[in-house]
Amino acid sequence: MIGLGAHAEFIVAAYAGVFAGLALLVGWTLGAAYLTRRRLDSLGERERDRSARP
Amino acid sequence: MSIDTAPKMTWWNRLAHPGQFVAWTRPLLWPLAILTIALFALGLWFAFFNSPADYQMGDTVRIMYVHVPTAWLSQFVYATMALSALGTLVWRHPMADVSMKAAAPLGAAFTAMALYTGSLWGRPTWGTFWEWDGRMTSTLVLLFIYLGIVALWRAFDDQLRAARVVAIFTLVGAVNIPIIKFSVDWWSTLHQPASVFTPEGPKMPLSILMPLLVMFFAFTFLFATLQLLAMHTEVRRRRIATLERRLAQGAGR
Repeated sequence: MIGLGAHAEFIVAAYAGVFAGLALLVGWTLGAAYLTRRRLDSLGERERDRSARP
Repeated sequence: MSIDTAPKMTWWNRLAHPGQFVAWTRPLLWPLAILTIALFALGLWFAFFNSPADYQMGDTVRIMYVHVPTAWLSQFVYATMALSALGTLVWRHPMADVSMKAAAPLGAAFTAMALYTGSLWGRPTWGTFWEWDGRMTSTLVLLFIYLGIVALWRAFDDQLRAARVVAIFTLVGAVNIPIIKFSVDWWSTLHQPASVFTPEGPKMPLSILMPLLVMFFAFTFLFATLQLLAMHTEVRRRRIATLERRLAQGAGR
């Protein structure tokens, strides 16, 4: 890797901050998708049970 | 002879059906995610191993490869929301408000990143983290608009009613986008004027433009991937709300 010069800490902080932010954003989006799908599956099962009941 | 009275199913009509929209766009998610990862890998390689220091700014020019794409997205995401708002108010397209709702937190995150990287770039180049000039102040206002929109969505139980209110708010807030874009031309500012999208073309050497363009597409494809996924989640959330209502009505009988 190249040297980052006299202001290396600003460059490192910018990239670290952005990629930490992106990791949070991706994690939050994936987490919401997973939880929503799980909730929908469990509600779907309840709905099927209810309609199967005489 | 019979007269066909059934409406023609155009791609636009099909996209209006949330289930069809999810089914059609789900196969795009993995290719988009793989393309995004590949572009980020290439962009980071260019940014740290295969691009020169700037003759004036030195190595701090490397901050540009994360600052410009996030700043571009802060405005592009808002433009997407404003178009979706028109879709909600004018065409009553059912996926338009789903798109509007999914984009708001993503836009807020990209705007916060643009402000963060901008202030880190400003300190070594201008000698200050922050200056209340046109570009920075209008971008901060954009962040507050995004946060207001996210809060507004959460303030309503009825998401269809929320969509109309948010759409109007989004269109009113869109006036801030040209202010951000032209602030560097209208007012005296520390921020440099446009140097990529200019009538004369980019004002930088190819060795610096190349990593910038790769990172630009990496961030843009990341937004497209997250937006699609968030839209799928929102469609499922609405299905959950319908099922919960139906189950509650069934339990009451």
